Amino acid sequence: MAAFEERPVGFFTDTSICIGCKACEVACKEWNQLEGNEPKLLLDSFDNTGQLDAENWRHVQFIEHLPESSNGNGFVPTPTPIAGGQAWLMMSDVCKHCQNASCLEVCPTNAIVRTEFDTVLIQQDVCNGCRDCISACPYGVIGFNEKTGTAHKCTLCYDRLQNGMQPACAKACPTESIKFGYLDDLQKAADQRLAALQTAGYKKAELYGRDAKVYGGLNAFFLLMDKPEVYKLPNEQNAVLPSRNNLPGYAGAVVTAIAGLVAGVLAFRSNRMNERS
Amino acid sequence: MPPPAQHFAASPGWEWWILGYFFFGGLSGGSYAIGTLLRLVGTAADQRASRVAFIASFLALLPCPILLILDLGQPLRFLNMLFDMSDGGLAFKPESPMSIGAWALLFYGLFSFVSFLGAIADSGWHAADPIARLLRGTVGIVWSVIGTGLGFFIAGYTGVLLAVSNQPVWSDGWPLGGMFLASSLTGAVALLLLLAHTRRGVDAGTAARLVVADRNFAILETVLIAVFLVTVAIAGTIGKVLGVWLLLWLVVAAGLAAPFVLSRVEAARRWPPVMAPVLGLLGLLALRAVVIFSAQT
Repeated sequence: MAAFEERPVGFFTDTSICIGCKACEVACKEWNQLEGNEPKLLLDSFDNTGQLDAENWRHVQFIEHLPESSNGNGFVPTPTPIAGGQAWLMMSDVCKHCQNASCLEVCPTNAIVRTEFDTVLIQQDVCNGCRDCISACPYGVIGFNEKTGTAHKCTLCYDRLQNGMQPACAKACPTESIKFGYLDDLQKAADQRLAALQTAGYKKAELYGRDAKVYGGLNAFFLLMDKPEVYKLPNEQNAVLPSRNNLPGYAGAVVTAIAGLVAGVLAFRSNRMNERS
Repeated sequence: MPPPAQHFAASPGWEWWILGYFFFGGLSGGSYAIGTLLRLVGTAADQRASRVAFIASFLALLPCPILLILDLGQPLRFLNMLFDMSDGGLAFKPESPMSIGAWALLFYGLFSFVSFLGAIADSGWHAADPIARLLRGTVGIVWSVIGTGLGFFIAGYTGVLLAVSNQPVWSDGWPLGGMFLASSLTGAVALLLLLAHTRRGVDAGTAARLVVADRNFAILETVLIAVFLVTVAIAGTIGKVLGVWLLLWLVVAAGLAAPFVLSRVEAARRWPPVMAPVLGLLGLLALRAVVIFSAQT
């Protein structure tokens, strides 16, 4: 099969039609030969995966909550028409392949690169396992594999893309909640889907990462049925890059260094003056 | 009051090796700066303590690269911090404190080693006399000043490295770099005072000056800790920093209060003279431990 064109590709995950079947998790593990972690009883709805990490590059979140009551500002009290108003939201989470990627920004070895498909990839033969990328990723996507001693995350099935195949998770998704394609095509589809949902009365539906407001845009973006933070995604105000602290951090250290020098000079020089007098 | 910061990042699992590096790196950078200060503005009697500071600086630096390499998942790839294995060029990213830190550690190691050789030559190891002669003039002053800049960097960049993340506490507290640097100075003076109390030969006047410096640095560190706590309180993550970590904060507070208490409280004057320096060093360790571990639990 021919490889995809060297154009930005990505995922559009429509959470409004996710049924929580976890086929994406299974397909991802199977294709990428991920062993998975020991099964755990998390007592968290139907979730027994827990979080994205080195062994889980897809994670279906199950969010059970009662929505807030109507506040008279167009707020829809029943975002999903099930269980008498109780919302049961599901979302297949994954690496967002951010345009301004925090992991790529801090990686000291240049192991994390942007591919010809505009995705973010950790080169396993370059990564030395310093874990700075884990510290930086705002989505908790990257995990450390003790066996390989390196950081791992979704590759957006880079090997499949090179061979003209769509990522395993998108292929396995039975409801097409996970859509794969060229980014501009996905964005158009997302705009249409959002408009349809809002026309149907789902006023809280929103696109997350569709535009540049979150990390310059996400190649894996989402249609959400509630606020981003409900899905453990930082909202626009909190979607900030690690480098925001470079300047204040170093400036604070420089000011402290100068104050320290002054404090030291005062301590050592005052006594020299005393000795002279 | 702004809404609390949202944090969904995973923990990087930086633990004991990194704590050890932050401790010894801080001691080394702080000691180098104290050595330079004593050399440039101290009396003739202070020069012995200056040499001890340069020697301590290098000895404290020795475990640092070992600890950092041991912390890597792939220790044999430590050179990837300096060389880009993708294209064979240098790996240097100004926006990554870890990248700058790797280079700074390399250059600081050179400055610390040469100053160490000069110090031991002046202390009687004559094989290094040529280096000691070189370091006695203007070249030596320039060398010490540049080395101090690098030492300050090693003492403080670790805090900036933590802040340049998306972790709770760390990324909420931009003053971490300054706070670590100030505590490095306090810890380095504590180390020198400990050596002064346990070894002969350090001038009594020098020891008195070091105590004054210790108090000055403790005030600076206290201010920085206060600023740090305010920043994490504003971000809504102060509960993580305090909480179960109060015991470590008590150690930090004891280390900062010791130089003041010893000179003003009658009962404290009966304490062993090494008490204040030991508390100061424990405070240096406790401060870094509370910052490293509180964010990751």
